[in-house]
Amino acid sequence: MPGVLVFTESSNGKLKKASREALSIGRTLANAAGGDLVAFATDAAAAEDAGRYGAKKLYVANAGAYSTESHTAALAAAVKEANPAILLFGGTSNGRDLAPRVAARLDAGVASDVDRLEWIDGKLRARRPVYSGKAFATVEVSGTPAIATTRPNAFPAEEAGGGAAAEVVNVSFDAGDARVKLVDTHTPEAGEMSLAEADIIVSGGRGLKEATNFSYIRDLAHAIGGAVGASRATVDAGWIDHQHQVGQTGRVVSPNVYIAAGVSGAIQHLAGMSSSKHIVAINKDPEAPIFRVADLGVVGDLFQILPALTEEVKKAKAH
Amino acid sequence: MNSVVCISHVPDTESRIKIAADGRKVDEAGLKFIVSPYDEFALEEAIRVKEKSGGGDVTVVTFGPDRAQQALREALARGATKALHVKGEASDADSLGIAKVLAAAIKTVPHDLVFLGKQGVGTDNALVGPMVAELLGYPQVNVVTKLEVADGKLTAHREIEGAEEILETPTPAVVTAQKGLNEPRYASLKGIMAAKKIAIDTKSVADLGLNDSDIFNQRVATVALELPAEKSGGKKIDGADAAAAARAILQYIKDEAKAL
Ligand SMILES: Cc1cc2nc3c(=O)[nH]c(=O)nc-3n(C[C@H](O)[C@H](O)[C@H](O)COP(=O)(O)OP(=O)(O)OC[C@H]3O[C@@H](n4cnc5c(N)ncnc54)[C@H](O)[C@@H]3O)c2cc1C
Repeated sequence: MPGVLVFTESSNGKLKKASREALSIGRTLANAAGGDLVAFATDAAAAEDAGRYGAKKLYVANAGAYSTESHTAALAAAVKEANPAILLFGGTSNGRDLAPRVAARLDAGVASDVDRLEWIDGKLRARRPVYSGKAFATVEVSGTPAIATTRPNAFPAEEAGGGAAAEVVNVSFDAGDARVKLVDTHTPEAGEMSLAEADIIVSGGRGLKEATNFSYIRDLAHAIGGAVGASRATVDAGWIDHQHQVGQTGRVVSPNVYIAAGVSGAIQHLAGMSSSKHIVAINKDPEAPIFRVADLGVVGDLFQILPALTEEVKKAKAH
Repeated sequence: MNSVVCISHVPDTESRIKIAADGRKVDEAGLKFIVSPYDEFALEEAIRVKEKSGGGDVTVVTFGPDRAQQALREALARGATKALHVKGEASDADSLGIAKVLAAAIKTVPHDLVFLGKQGVGTDNALVGPMVAELLGYPQVNVVTKLEVADGKLTAHREIEGAEEILETPTPAVVTAQKGLNEPRYASLKGIMAAKKIAIDTKSVADLGLNDSDIFNQRVATVALELPAEKSGGKKIDGADAAAAARAILQYIKDEAKAL
């Protein structure tokens, strides 16, 4: 039975959240398609975790640390063996780097950054935000395999319950000569959570007045266990690194909770965050456009409200 | 050093999006089109590489309808030296169809480097760059924020979650541009005048030896385009009493979002 193959990634011996999310929706699709859920990894250590999410088999190719070329060869070999109807990738940097390359090798179509997936009449149907969330496109992917990359946080990660470890199937492949070499990795702000994986994001805008006041945002983010976001105005002013920018020319995020303080809500900023599930805005201007997308708007001074909120959060967490 | 830059012509990021009568496309009436913002970084980088290396061509390539010529004119005015327009309704092709056209077009132009934006703004697929790389058999470096090119190889910073990788690869290679790579220049009056004298080469999909049936076969077909549901309008409270406001926010996060 042709089923669903999910490309997985691990860090510190555990499946990444994006991979767990992709496996979870993959299981739903496999059930609908009447096939098995199987997974791909570069290390057999993922077998237990993959099993927990319902994967029956784990195709393992020893491709080493991520490289587009070696992983393309390895995954293409696994696809040949598993012959899946659907191939899914969690929407990580590597997933989104690899999916199109593999698709071109297999002459297959990709729906990228999708937030809904269904198997209807033998076809993969996906919904994806376009025009930075100003519209949604529903697309149908035909051909085999039908490929999709999932948007972080769009599909809840749910264990299958009682899943035994996935059966490991070793895949051999010809790596060829990988021309791209990793020379170094820079982690500019070690210890900070990345926007893509965060459940809660606290974002600051020009209302912070100066670079050092990002401490108001960081303190709350730290207390609440979230990531730090920023408007482009603050990035352009050099107050914070571009990694943190949310919006059309930054990251598009959809966390459970998005807290915006001193952000006016320009259309390009909204483009990056309006699909967040719960939006809280703090702005002293009652007419600020951010209030149009906020579920809870607070008209007031961020320099008063943020420290008070940080205190409340700390108190709540201490309980 | 010769570069090819693939650019796309997209609705201005300020645009209000309206859905066309067929319910599957954007209504283009009254829309202003621009060079896709990430493509501007790609173009700027190619021009800088050319200036540093002391010569060569920067050829801009687009696949699109007649209006897409404007994007090529704009790129020429900023410093591209040649332009190739592959005519066709690119919005009827999927990303792989577009990549096949671009890869075939790139092969007709001498080059050491191929640049694209990391994604086309609007369609937001972020697929074409790596697909072009695969079709050409080139290495790729995706989402690049810094680039150095010397002695037949390039060193690039690639943005990943919370970090940056520094990667090295021989050329020819495909580079996709992220914001932060550079500050794109504006077109000068002199550039605009000079650009008018450059003839834009035009080709059809068939001229490139490709079949319409492969390019427009829509492995990925849009069946519906919809506007998001209007937010019902949230609650707005007065934050003059900071402590009370803080408690209200916390309550909301706990009760509604079930977080913490
Ligand atoms: C092509 C293009 C792409 C863009 N991409 C992006 C993008 O990706 N992301 C992005 O964010 N922007 C983007 N922009 C820029 C965008 O248009 C806005 O300029 C930017 O978002 C504004 O940032 P801001 O909200 O921080 O600043 P402002 O608009 O200046 O807003 C500051 C806000 O702070 C409030 N404020 C001031 N003091 C206080 C206080 N003490 N307490 C509470 N509130 C206070 C003010 O009322 C105001 O609403 C883009 C623009 C273009 C043209």
